[in-house]
Amino acid sequence: MNFSFDLTVIFALIIAFAVFAYVVMDGFDLGVALMFPFFPERRDRDVMMNSVAPVWDGNETWLVLGGGALFAAFPLAYAILMPAIYTPAIAMLLGLVFRGVAFEFRWRTERGRFLWDFAFFGGSLIAALAQGIALGTILQGVKVTGRAYGGGWWDWVTPFTMLTGVSVVAGYALLGATWLLMKTSGDLQERAYRYSRIFTFATLFFIVAVSLATPFLEAAYWRRWFEWPGLLITAPVPLAVAATAFFLLRALMNRQREVQPFVLSLVLFFLSFVGLGVSIWPYVVPGRVTIWQAASPESSQAFMLVGISILVPIILIYTAYAYWIFRGKVDPEAGYH
Amino acid sequence: MWDGFDAVTLARAQFAFTMSFHIIFPAFSIGLASYLAVLEGLWLFTGRDVYLNVYRYWLKIFAIAFGMGVVSGIVMSYQFGTNWAAFSDKAGPIIGPLMAYEVLTAFFLEAGFLGVMLFGMERVGKGLHFTATLLVAIGTAISAFWILSVNSWMQTPQGYAINEVGQFVPADWWKIIFNPSFPYRLVHMVIAAYLTTALVVGAVAAFHFLTRQAGEGSRVMLSMAMWMAALVAPVQIVAGDLHGLNTRHHQPTKIMAMEGHFESHEHGAPLYLFGIPRQAEGRLDYAVGIPKASSLILQHDLNAPMQGLDSVPRENWPPVYIVFWSFRIMVGLGMLMFALGLTSLVMRWRGTLYETRWFHMFALCMGPAGFIAVISGWVTTEVGRQPFTIYGLLRTGDSISPLASPAVGSSLIAFIIVYAIVFAAGMFYIFRLMRAPPHPGEEGPRAGEVTRASGITPAPSVNPARVVGEGRAT
Repeated sequence: MNFSFDLTVIFALIIAFAVFAYVVMDGFDLGVALMFPFFPERRDRDVMMNSVAPVWDGNETWLVLGGGALFAAFPLAYAILMPAIYTPAIAMLLGLVFRGVAFEFRWRTERGRFLWDFAFFGGSLIAALAQGIALGTILQGVKVTGRAYGGGWWDWVTPFTMLTGVSVVAGYALLGATWLLMKTSGDLQERAYRYSRIFTFATLFFIVAVSLATPFLEAAYWRRWFEWPGLLITAPVPLAVAATAFFLLRALMNRQREVQPFVLSLVLFFLSFVGLGVSIWPYVVPGRVTIWQAASPESSQAFMLVGISILVPIILIYTAYAYWIFRGKVDPEAGYH
Repeated sequence: MWDGFDAVTLARAQFAFTMSFHIIFPAFSIGLASYLAVLEGLWLFTGRDVYLNVYRYWLKIFAIAFGMGVVSGIVMSYQFGTNWAAFSDKAGPIIGPLMAYEVLTAFFLEAGFLGVMLFGMERVGKGLHFTATLLVAIGTAISAFWILSVNSWMQTPQGYAINEVGQFVPADWWKIIFNPSFPYRLVHMVIAAYLTTALVVGAVAAFHFLTRQAGEGSRVMLSMAMWMAALVAPVQIVAGDLHGLNTRHHQPTKIMAMEGHFESHEHGAPLYLFGIPRQAEGRLDYAVGIPKASSLILQHDLNAPMQGLDSVPRENWPPVYIVFWSFRIMVGLGMLMFALGLTSLVMRWRGTLYETRWFHMFALCMGPAGFIAVISGWVTTEVGRQPFTIYGLLRTGDSISPLASPAVGSSLIAFIIVYAIVFAAGMFYIFRLMRAPPHPGEEGPRAGEVTRASGITPAPSVNPARVVGEGRAT
C-alpha cells in the first residue's frame, strides 16, 4: 500500500511536469503567433515563424504525453475532466490543427499567404483562450455524479473562466514577446521590448485578478491560502511573484539583458503553476476526486514508470540538444528566398 | 436540430470521421518511410543518382503527409476522453499505458529524427542521414505496433481482471500486448500500408507516362511499385485469410455479418457474392452465392456446419449491412490489386511495362485503391465489433461520455468543416508536387522553407549561416 502511495505521487509529479513543460514550451510558440497582428510586415513574420518552427513540433508532443499519461495513470480524472471541458478541448484541438498546418502551407503559396497567417494567429489565439478556459473550468469545480461528469456542456461559461482564458492569452503573449526579443535584433527587437512591457503589466494584472478570485470559489482554497499553518507555505509564493515582477520590469526598462526577460517570464509561469498546485493538492478533480481515488492500479503505473524513467531523460536530451543548436538570433536575411 | 440523433450515434460518427481522416496519413507514411529507406539504401549501395532524385521527390510529399498525420493524430488522443469518458475510466488502466508507450517510443523518435531526414543530408553525412531515415521508418512501425496492440486488445481482450469499481486492470502485460488477434492485425495492416504506398507511387509514375513526361525516375518508380504489387498483393490475400480464420475463432459474430449468414447452415454454408442484408427481417435479399464455398474457405470442408446470426441474440448483432459491404469492397479491391500485379508481370515479361497505355491507365486508376481498401477494412473490423467497444465485455452504449447530442453534433460539424479545408489544401499541395516527374538534380525540401513536420531537431532552420551570434547580448 505504501508503494502504491509513492507511485501515485510520482505520477502526479510526472504529469505536472509534462503539463508545465507543455505550457511554457508551446506557450512561447503560441505567444509568437499572438504577436502577428502587431507585426504586419511579411519579413518580420517570416523571422518570427522561423524562430519557433524547429522546436514547436516537439513542444506540442508534450501535450500528447500529458494527456496520455493522465489517461493511463489517472483514468477516472481523465474521464471526468474531458467531458467537463468538452467545448474548450475541441476548440483547442481545432485551433492547433489550423496553426499546425499553417507552419507548412504558409510557405507553399504567395496568394494565399495572408490566409495562413490568419490561420496561424487565429488558431493560436483559440488554442490559448481554450486552454485558459479549460483551466478555469477545472479550478471552479466540476459536478461529479458517480464516476462521471455530472454537469452540462455550457458549465464552462462563467466570468471566472473568461478571466482565466484571457489571462492565459496574456501570459502566452508575454512569453512570445520576450522570446522574440531574445531571438531577434534591430527594429523587430525594439518593438518586442515594447510589447514585452505591455504584456508584463497585463500578465501581472491577471495573476492578481485570478489569485483574488480563486479563494472565493471554494472554501477549501480559502483555508489553504489564508489559515494557519497553510499560510507558512503559501505566503512565499506571492512574495516571489512580486520579486520576479520587479526584476522582470527592471530588465525590460534598462535593456541590458536579452535572455533575462524570457527566463523571468518562465519563472513567473512557474510560480503561478506552483500556486495552482498549492490550491489543488491533493485533488486531481478539485474538491471531488483525489489523486489516490483516481489512480490506476499499481500494475499499470509500475509498467509505465519503467518506460518513462528510461525514455523521458533521452527525450529531454534531444530537446536540449535541439534548443542548443538553435541558440542565437534568427537572421532575417537567410530566412526565405 | 439534433432530435433525430442520439449522442452515441453522433459520437460514433465523429470517431469514424476523425479516424478515417487520420488513418489515411499513417497508412501512407508507414509505407512511404520504408520506401524512402529502401531508396536511400539503393542509392548508397549502387551510387546511381536516380535513386537519390526519386528519394528527394517523395521526401517532399512525405513531409506534408506526415505533418497532416501528426495534426489529426493529436485529435485522436483526446477523442477517448471527450467522447468516450466511461470507456476511458474503465479501460484506462490497460489502454492508457500502451498509448503512453506509443508516445514515448514512437512519437518522440519520429519527431527527433524527422528534421535530420528532411533537411540534414548536407550537414550530417550520408551514414548518419541514412540512420535518421531508418529511425523514422522504425518509428512509424513502432507506432503501428502499439496502436494495433491497443485495438486488438479491444477486439480480443485477455490478460485482464476486473476490479471492485468495474475497471479493467492488467493481470498479465505480455498477454495483453500479444493478444490473440494482434499478430494477424499487425501483419495485415503493415502489408496494407506497403501496398497502399506502392499503388500511389505506381499511379504517379503511370501519370507521368500517360502525359509523356516520364524519365528515368518515373521508370524506377513504376518498376518498383509494380514489383511490390505483384509480390505483396498475393501475400496480403493469404494474410487476410489467416486474419479471417482468427476472427472466426474469436469473434464469430463478426464473420457471420461479413458473410451475410443470417441463418445457420448444417451442411455447408454458401459464399455470398452479392445480396442486400435486411437487419430487421434477419434476411439476405437478392442473394447470389456459391453453395458450400464459405465452409470450404473458413473450415476447409465443403460440408462443415456453420452457425448464423440466428444463433446470436439480436441485441448483439453488429450492423450487418455496413459490415457485409465494406468487407466486399475491401476484398474486391484486393483482387484488383492482385490483377494489377499479375498484369505487370506479364508486361514485364513481354518487355512492354513502360509502353502499354491501357496498363498505365489501370495503374493510375488503382492509385486511391489502397486508401479505400484500408478504410473499408477498418470499417469491417470496427463496425463488426459492435455493439461492443471491448468485445463481449463493454457495450458501446455504456462507453459514452455523459454528453448531450447538440454538443457532440456541433463538434462533429466543426471537425468536418475544419478537416475539409485542411484536407483540400494539403491535397492541392501534394498533387502539385506529384504532377511533374522527378528530374535529375532533384532538390530536397528547401532549407529556407520551414516545414511543419520539422521535428524537434532543428535542422531545417539550422542553416549555419542563419545562426548569428552565440546567444550573447549584441
